[in-house]
Amino acid sequence: MALRTLQVAPGFMRFMPKEYQDLVENGPFGRQVKLSDVGTFKEILEEHPMCEGCAMAFFIRLALMGLPNPEHTIMVGTAGCGRMALSQAAIPFVYGNYCDTNGVATGLKRGLAIRFPEQDKDVVVMAGDGGIADIGFSQVMHSWFRKEKFTTVMLDNEVYGNTGGQESGMTCRGTMVKMAPRGKQFDKIDMLGLARTAGVAYIARLTPANPSRVVSTIRKAVLVARKIGPSYVQVYTSCNIEYSIPADKVLDDARQVEKERYGYLEIVSEEAGAYLESVAAEGGEGR
Amino acid sequence: MAEMDPCSIGPGPAGLLPPSAASCGVVLPRKGEGLVEGRIVGEQAALEVMARELLTRKHPTVFPGPLVLWDWRDGVSPKAAAVLELAEEIPGVQIIPMPDYRPIYPKIDPEAVINPCHPNLTIWHNKIEVCVFVGVHCHYANITLRMIRAGTNCYTVTLCHSAGHEDSMASLPFCGAEQVRALTGTIRRLKRQGLRPLHGEARGIRLTGAQQAVQEGLVWQHGDGA
Repeated sequence: MALRTLQVAPGFMRFMPKEYQDLVENGPFGRQVKLSDVGTFKEILEEHPMCEGCAMAFFIRLALMGLPNPEHTIMVGTAGCGRMALSQAAIPFVYGNYCDTNGVATGLKRGLAIRFPEQDKDVVVMAGDGGIADIGFSQVMHSWFRKEKFTTVMLDNEVYGNTGGQESGMTCRGTMVKMAPRGKQFDKIDMLGLARTAGVAYIARLTPANPSRVVSTIRKAVLVARKIGPSYVQVYTSCNIEYSIPADKVLDDARQVEKERYGYLEIVSEEAGAYLESVAAEGGEGR
Repeated sequence: MAEMDPCSIGPGPAGLLPPSAASCGVVLPRKGEGLVEGRIVGEQAALEVMARELLTRKHPTVFPGPLVLWDWRDGVSPKAAAVLELAEEIPGVQIIPMPDYRPIYPKIDPEAVINPCHPNLTIWHNKIEVCVFVGVHCHYANITLRMIRAGTNCYTVTLCHSAGHEDSMASLPFCGAEQVRALTGTIRRLKRQGLRPLHGEARGIRLTGAQQAVQEGLVWQHGDGA
């Protein structure tokens, strides 16, 4: 059935909105697109209602380019900024309740494996630091302990940006945000360390400062989750509203934070590393 | 605001958040039956009402949903062809698709698309007084139909692939290509019998401004013209 879901029924193309005609004719479905091809293909996400200069929106746009098979991918998200862009992307999106994204993803992944035994279906959870490390913490950890084969991406803006600036578990110690005027009293949660302890097969930390690295990291994370085990990507996506970063300085901030405390980090299990090497050897890597 | 019997599901506007038809006691028809304004009738009687309304109300519009717009499995193409054939028989008809259920922000173009999150915008803008939903997943159709009944005076017809819809004014359950063709046949018969369509004898499907612009390769900006 592969790409049949992306074919317009005979006779209806002329009634379809331009955006959908473009997706059918020039979308990234069923083929490999590279970051350098931007502008020559219809992206999965274009319009969205997120704030001007939003690093998260930029990251999501790049991450969607990194999906190895967007036509066979389902995204899962929850309350927060990220879902506003994700729900408008041209791939299926499931809105989990706050706290149950990884439970929903577990069910989806297992169900899809039964329903489509011949076709790999990728499930990617993409939620904020609140959704992953605070409210969804328990289900995230248990999905890792169970070695569920899907990717978890944390959009870490280090604050509850969508609700006015409360501190999250991922806010840095001492940081003052609008609704945490005394400054945060505790350290940022070490989710990377927890992922390692839980035996996650592929772990990465990055910022959107290097777009091609975002694309390749997401691709690797999804491929590992498809065949080996859970993968986790933690990305710094500043909230330029809550942290008062001018829209045109958002990437400068990302570069600075990357230099100071959010440097690129990749922790790959032996099995995952061998698998990624085999994929690269077959020419399936390097988008 | 239109006054109505609690069990009569007629064109609105019924006001903000009207109770669902199911909660008013309307039940779904069985195979071989239809639903007209809250009452169960025979299939042929339902087809008759649908045909009459489609021919005599302003700006008839077909809203095809994803199940018929995308050629996702065997059996879709014949049904899609039947829907196009139906549209061709309704003078002055437009086809405005509902390609998926994504929320559309920051702004919807009501001449390009109908969205289940705010179907009233498309109906108001195009002054649609009768429409046909076909190929829309039931859980989205239900909320859409209720919103239309709440805020517009549009007569809703549903050709449902499943159990039908209490909140539409005329509904036929378990509709495949055959039932769609039966509606087309009923329209032809009514015209032969002398029913004069409101929009005259115009043949062919009318493109919206947005669809014309796309066809001519122009960049369409809603409100500014092409």
